[in-house]
Order: sequence, then structure tokens, then C-alpha cells
Amino acid sequence: MGVEGIGARVVRKEDKRFITGKGRYVDDIKLTGMTHAYFIRSSHAHAKVKGIDSSAALKMPGVVAVLTGKQLVDDKVGNLICGWAITSKDGSPMKMGAWPAMAPETVRFVGQAVAVVIAESKNLARDAAEAVVVDYEELPAVADIQAAIKSGAPQLHPEAPGNQVYDWVLGDEGAVSSAFSKAANVVKLDVTNNRLAPNAMEPRAAIADYDAAEEHFTLYTTSQNPHVARLVLSAFYNIAPEHKLRVIAPDVGGGFGSKIFIYPEEMVALWASKKVGRPVKWTGDRTEAFLTDAHGRDHVTHAEMAFDANNKITGLRVKTYANFGAYMSLFSSSVPTYLYATLLSGQYNIPAIHAEVIGVYTNTTPVDAYRGAGRPEASYLIERLMETAARQLKVDPAQLRRTNFITQFPHQTPVIMAYDTGDFNASLDAAMKAIDYAGFPARKAHAKSQGKLRGIGVSCYIEACGIAPSKAVGSLGAGVGLWESAEVRVNPVGTIEILTGSHSHGQGHETTFCQLVAERLGVPISQVSIVHGDTDKVQFGMGTYGSRSAAVGLTAILKAMEKMESKAKKIAAHALEASEADIVIENGEFKVTGTDKAIALPMVALAAYTAHNLPEGMEPGLKESAFYDPTNFTFPAGAYICELEVDPGTGKTSFVNFVAADDFGRLINPMIVEGQVHGGLVQGIGQALLEHAIYDANGQPVTASFMDYAMPRADDVPSFNLSHTTTLCPGNPLGIKGCGEAGAIGASAAVINAITDAIDKNNLEMPATPDRVWRTIHAA
Amino acid sequence: MSTVKLTVNGKAVSVDVEDRTLLVQLLRDHLNLTGTHVGCDTSQCGACVVHMDGRAVKSCTMLAGQADGANITTIEGIAKGDELHPMQAAFRDNHGLQCGYCTPGMIMSAIDIVQRHGGQLDEATVRQELEGNICRCTGYHNIVKAVLDAAGRMKVAQAAE
Repeated sequence: MGVEGIGARVVRKEDKRFITGKGRYVDDIKLTGMTHAYFIRSSHAHAKVKGIDSSAALKMPGVVAVLTGKQLVDDKVGNLICGWAITSKDGSPMKMGAWPAMAPETVRFVGQAVAVVIAESKNLARDAAEAVVVDYEELPAVADIQAAIKSGAPQLHPEAPGNQVYDWVLGDEGAVSSAFSKAANVVKLDVTNNRLAPNAMEPRAAIADYDAAEEHFTLYTTSQNPHVARLVLSAFYNIAPEHKLRVIAPDVGGGFGSKIFIYPEEMVALWASKKVGRPVKWTGDRTEAFLTDAHGRDHVTHAEMAFDANNKITGLRVKTYANFGAYMSLFSSSVPTYLYATLLSGQYNIPAIHAEVIGVYTNTTPVDAYRGAGRPEASYLIERLMETAARQLKVDPAQLRRTNFITQFPHQTPVIMAYDTGDFNASLDAAMKAIDYAGFPARKAHAKSQGKLRGIGVSCYIEACGIAPSKAVGSLGAGVGLWESAEVRVNPVGTIEILTGSHSHGQGHETTFCQLVAERLGVPISQVSIVHGDTDKVQFGMGTYGSRSAAVGLTAILKAMEKMESKAKKIAAHALEASEADIVIENGEFKVTGTDKAIALPMVALAAYTAHNLPEGMEPGLKESAFYDPTNFTFPAGAYICELEVDPGTGKTSFVNFVAADDFGRLINPMIVEGQVHGGLVQGIGQALLEHAIYDANGQPVTASFMDYAMPRADDVPSFNLSHTTTLCPGNPLGIKGCGEAGAIGASAAVINAITDAIDKNNLEMPATPDRVWRTIHAA
Repeated sequence: MSTVKLTVNGKAVSVDVEDRTLLVQLLRDHLNLTGTHVGCDTSQCGACVVHMDGRAVKSCTMLAGQADGANITTIEGIAKGDELHPMQAAFRDNHGLQCGYCTPGMIMSAIDIVQRHGGQLDEATVRQELEGNICRCTGYHNIVKAVLDAAGRMKVAQAAE
């Protein structure tokens, strides 16, 4: 490892612009002649739109246009799509209602847009929006899963009787029944996985700029995957063909999944820009983010686990209801199915698993992937079951896990996934040592003498990342491939540009991706730049989500680097009159091994571009590209242990210690990996203790600002004790597994297991607010 | 419309704005100082924190007119040329930022925290004082480290002056 190579804790290249206020986010961009959009949104959870009167608004100062959903239909702008087809157990395709970008007839959640005002400033647009009169005829609404599945419940979409999108199954039901019939012990658990609002700190924004002469659109947008946005806008929404649409995602202020999806606002901004003949800017406010950014989680599950007399798991049966909200968002259908049920084996040898997942519509904001996407729900369920089982079977929870750990790899689970490698005992050992697990009983006794209830909670998570082998996901219903692309350009002076289809919105790619180049060529990272986020600059790529940017994106860069290096070695060998096989690359030079003959990279690059003396038949230039399609998912795994105290008088939880031992395979930049874990852990702790997106019985959101929705703050969470155990991923040449989602996947079960241990009551739903904990302690 | 006269990052400026204009709008829209961000509109997240007469304020929650005659410092005004403010350097060195959106407000709040507490800062105090700044990326771990690190650096810098 060089000072800037793989494994080095290199300080981030991108930081200077962020710490000096020079970041360039969408809302920072101003275009000449730019107008501003303000959306008129439904205040009802379910209603007919009987009419929209914009006559008064159109007379107000600065108003350019008021556009409605009916005009969208007239202009044949397509409805929003769901890109993953799921088939129900009866063989029928999932049942979906249409989702227009602005509702022409019916609104189905509070915040759904019905019209947009375009004006000279945001304030003037907002003023005029107040003068637009929308005539609603209110309809009865269903606000949660229970209400949606009741017989006689109000129906959202005629296409989906009973508000049911699909009833999907995975696994061998007969084998599971047989396991339960022979079980020595059965453990049962009902779990609610609370609905969360993603809340990236930068609200979504879009600027659309139509050039009438060229019939060309430019869209600046807060996207995790600008090429996917362009593809969807072109292929399905009828906005413009791909070569007439440039999508730029500049600095993006966090995503966590919520900026994967193509939303109504950017579609409307593009369409409106052509209609008014000027650039149109929309910047959401925080309440719009709560109302319209796709939410996460929201499952209700009943699960049963069968054990033999030796405390070995013999079967698992899971029935989950998943809330999709009012419409099927872009990847929503895959989240509670292929990203959830396929992980239900956890870290354990479970011979038979059967899962049934029923997806339902409700009159709430659409639900889709949020950091972890299905995997936190699976991990939380399994780890709560293991804890419940340990308590019921009266065995140590860590030991029960060890008894059931998978120890042989590769391991084929009964739910599709084939785990390639891992060492679950090693991470549990590391976590138990870090927290002094053996010393816990003494600490608990001491806390008791101080009037505090101390608890310890273990969570051993596994996830499927490096999303994903295209053929595999295609066979499961995905509408896209999930490879990644890269191009390596060595300039004539020897500096290097890496064009990647990945997108950085906080992950630090501008540093880590350069570290690979530094590792291979021995050049300083200052001579390398990373280009991303602009469909006019970068070849088609799939973007960043599912902890895929290192395992898939960086591997694509490696493949392109290998091609480039191969050509450069031929040029060097020719110049040095040596055999290509004898050329090695060190410290930015191409050397003839065992001699002092060498030629520096800039000279090789210059030779490639002057083309005065290249090997016979070689093309000039030094630029190579690669597309990399992974052969399997990767399987990051680890053990988290949380120790905390509960004040029995108030129900308040205070952290004592939180340790995380993760196996991410090879780390490119440990500093950045640790930062990813810290952030993920706090999102998991936020779910466990604080966060809950709540609707009242009429579908009115109760938590639509930071005054009502409890975001984790600095004094709500502890500092963390992190460590790593390593098994290299055999599926990609760098051995990388991915680290972006682990914290959010593993943390919440550790917290709830610790609180329920402290209060000696097993049933406690998230978020475990002081009020809820106090009531649980004092319940009869 | 009103004329607001104020000093921003050491420069005297005079801006004609609608009376309802917020200080953050004046900075971002009229002066193109886009380092100051808006994250919540309800004075909760602190992405908009700037210094007014040396104290941290949330610029999304005050009218531009209320800053008439004031001395405003934004994230763009704390480095001395190429030399970063110790708080900026500490955020970079401790990986106290990821997406960067909350960072300007965090840094401006953190400078105020260190100034108010002198060198007497510990982790619990930093966490409590950061209650008005929300970060979704870092989990705060490295932000707390950065503030404590900068508190030491600022003490040294002060002693050197």
C-alpha cells in the first residue's frame, strides 16, 4: 500500500469545496431567464378533483403559467413507472393503478400535486398558488395496512381489488410445515417495522432548460443515478429522446435511496420548460420532502421459528404485509420481496424457509428503497427472533447464534441467496471482546444498585450488496441490468481522468476511486480526477445505491485500468526496446524488470498521442473503457452489540457503549468506511428510538417537519467503537463487499434487544420512545 | 421594498429587497453566497447558520431587514485566503463531512460553540451544543471529534496571536 493507495486513510479531495462553501448543489444554480415552480398539492388523502380555477392566479404579478394534470394528459406525458415486475403466488402479475405526475381526476395521498404555478420568483409563485382554487370531493381513505386489508375498506385503484398489489411467496411451504410438525420448540413474534422518512439534508430540486432551436433539454437534478433518470424520462415519459436530454446531477446533498427515483417534479419541470419557453426551477422545502420523497420500511410481520432439541433452527415461517403507499414507486415492488425475503436466513443455517409477502396500497406517500431497503427489515426480524428464542429457551443469546451460524462456504440458503464467504464467529468474537461481554452481569448488577436498568443487545446482520448480477435480477423481474461502466483517459501529459457511472452524494468517490489509480500506477491522487454525474460527459452507467459503488463501480474502473495498462506497457516496451512481459509499473514509471531502464507515464502518454513511434498497427491514444457485470451479490456481515441503561422512572434510554465489528472484505479507505458505518448506525438507532412517519386515521401526515419527526441529533447518540474482521469477497478481483448500508441494517435490532433485556419484557415496538418504554415497563 | 445595508464577510453591501426577504435569501439569491444552505425552513436543522455580529444565528429564521447595520460572516468568509479556518481544517482532517450540505452550518455553529466555551469543551458539551444542527450522513461521531480537535487548534492559534 502506498501513502495514497488501497488501504490508506487519505483525507478527501472533495472536502475543500464543501468546507469553504463552494459546493455546487442544484439550488445554487441560476440560469438566465429562469422561472420558478411552486406545486399545488392535495390537502386530502383521497379525493376527486372536480375542478381547478386558476383565473385569479393568472392575473397575479409575475405569474407566467398555471399548468394542471389535465394538460399533462393532453400532451401525452407518460405516467410514472414501477421498474420491477413481481408475480403473485397465483401466477398473476402485480396489480397497479396509474400514477400521473399531476393528478387529473383523483388524488390518493396528502401532498400529491394537482397543478403547478410558474412565476418570476418562488415567492410570487407561492403567492399565486394560494389563489388557485381546487374543488375536491373528499373520499374515504385508508391510512395503514390494517385499514387497507379490512373487508369493505375504501379502494384506491380499481385495478387492485382489496387494495392488494400482490401476494408473493418464496420458499418451500411443505418443508417448513414438516419442520414445524417435528419441532421441539417454536418461537413466535409479531413485529412492526416503523415507517421512516429518508430526510437527506438537501431537499430535492430540479432545473429544466429547454432549447427550442436544438429541441434539446438539460435537467439539473438531485439524482443518485442520472443516466437511469434520463432513460426513464425518455423511454417512458415521452419527454425527449435520450440524445436530446442531458441530465446533470452535480453535488447532491445525501440520498439514502430517496434520490434514486424519478419523481413527478422533474418530469413537470421539463415539460413546463418547453411550454413556457424558459428555464424552470423547482426546489422542495422540508415539508414537501416529508410529503413526497419516497418513505421507507412500513411492514407488519408475523414470524415463527422452529428449533430442535439441540437449539438448532429447523424452520422459519414469515408472513409480512408491506405498505406501498398510494402508488408503486420505481423499485418499490422489489424491496419487500427480493431485497427482503432472500435475506431471511440471516447468518444462520436454516434448512427450510417460507415467506409470504402481501403488498398493499394505502392513502399515504409512496414507499420505496431507503438505506438498506428490505435488508434492515429482514435483519431486524431475524435478530429479534433470535433474541426472543434465547429468552424462551433460556440460553445465552450470543451462544444461540453461534450454535446456528453458517460456517461452511459457499452456502446456499433456501431463499435464493448463495453466500460466498464469511466468518460470523470472528465478528461476534471481536464485538464481544470490544464490549467485554463477559463482564456485563457485574455491570448490570452495579447499575441496578444505582436504580438503573442495564441491558445488552446483540445483532448479527448479513446483507446482499454489490447490486447486482444483471442476468440474475433480470430473471427475478428487474427491468434494468445492474452492471457498472468506467472509462480511463490518460491525457497526453500523463494526468488521468476516470469517468464513472457511479454517483457520489457523500460517499467520497473522488478520493477512493483515485486511490485505486494511485495503487496501480504509483501516481499521486492529485494527478487523477473523477468525472461523474453528467450524461453528456460520462458513458451510460447505473448510479449509486445498494452499496454497489466500490464492489461494482470500482471494479469497472479496475477493468478499464487493466486494458489501459496493457496498451501502455506495449508502448513502453516498444520505446525501451524490451519485451512487454518484462515491463512493470512502479512509482509512475514503466520499468524493465531487473534493469535501470524506465520510461515515465507522461512520456508513454505523449508517445500514445503523438503516435510518431508506436508499435506496428497500434491505434493512437490512451483511453479504455469497461463495463463490469458482477457474478454474484456480495455479503457484508458483522456483529453489533449495544449496552445501555433505562431509567425506570422516565423510560429514557442512555447509551453506555455501542460496538460494531464488520466484515466488508477489502477496505479502500478505512476512514471513509468508518464514516459510512457511523452514519448508518445512527440511522438504525434513529429508527429504533426516535423516528416514525405517522399518519392519522384519515391519512393526514402528523410528522411533516423536523418539529414533529424526531431526527437523531448529536446528543441522542453515542460515539462508536468500530473494528473490522476480513474475509475477502471472492466475487470481484478487489475482494470488496461494500459498506454503505450495514449500519442501518444491523443497528436497530441491537438497540431493541438491549432495551428489552434491560426492562425484562420482550415485546417493544420501534421507535422505543421514553413514553413507550415506560408504559412497557409498567404494563401489567 | 426596503434597502438593507450590512457588512458581509468584511464588505459593505446595500441591497434592495422585498420586506419579506429572509436573511438567507439575501445571502443566496442577491449576493450569490450559496455556501449557506436551507435544510428545513423551521429553524431546526442549522444548515443556514451564519454569524451576525460574532454570534451564530439561523439565517432562514430572520428577515434581511433585521440584519440592517449588522456584520455578517458566512462560510465563504472564515478562511484567510488559502489558509483554512482551524474549524474547516479539523472537519476535513477528521472526516467530519460526507455530502457537505449541513457542513457550512455545522462549521459556523461549531466556531460559535468553541468561542463561547473557550477551551473548556468535552464530548457531552459538544453534543448538547450541536442540538440545533442536524446531519444525516456522519452520525455525528466525526463531527464531535472535529469540533474537539478544532477547539485545541483555535486555542493554539489564539495563543500565537
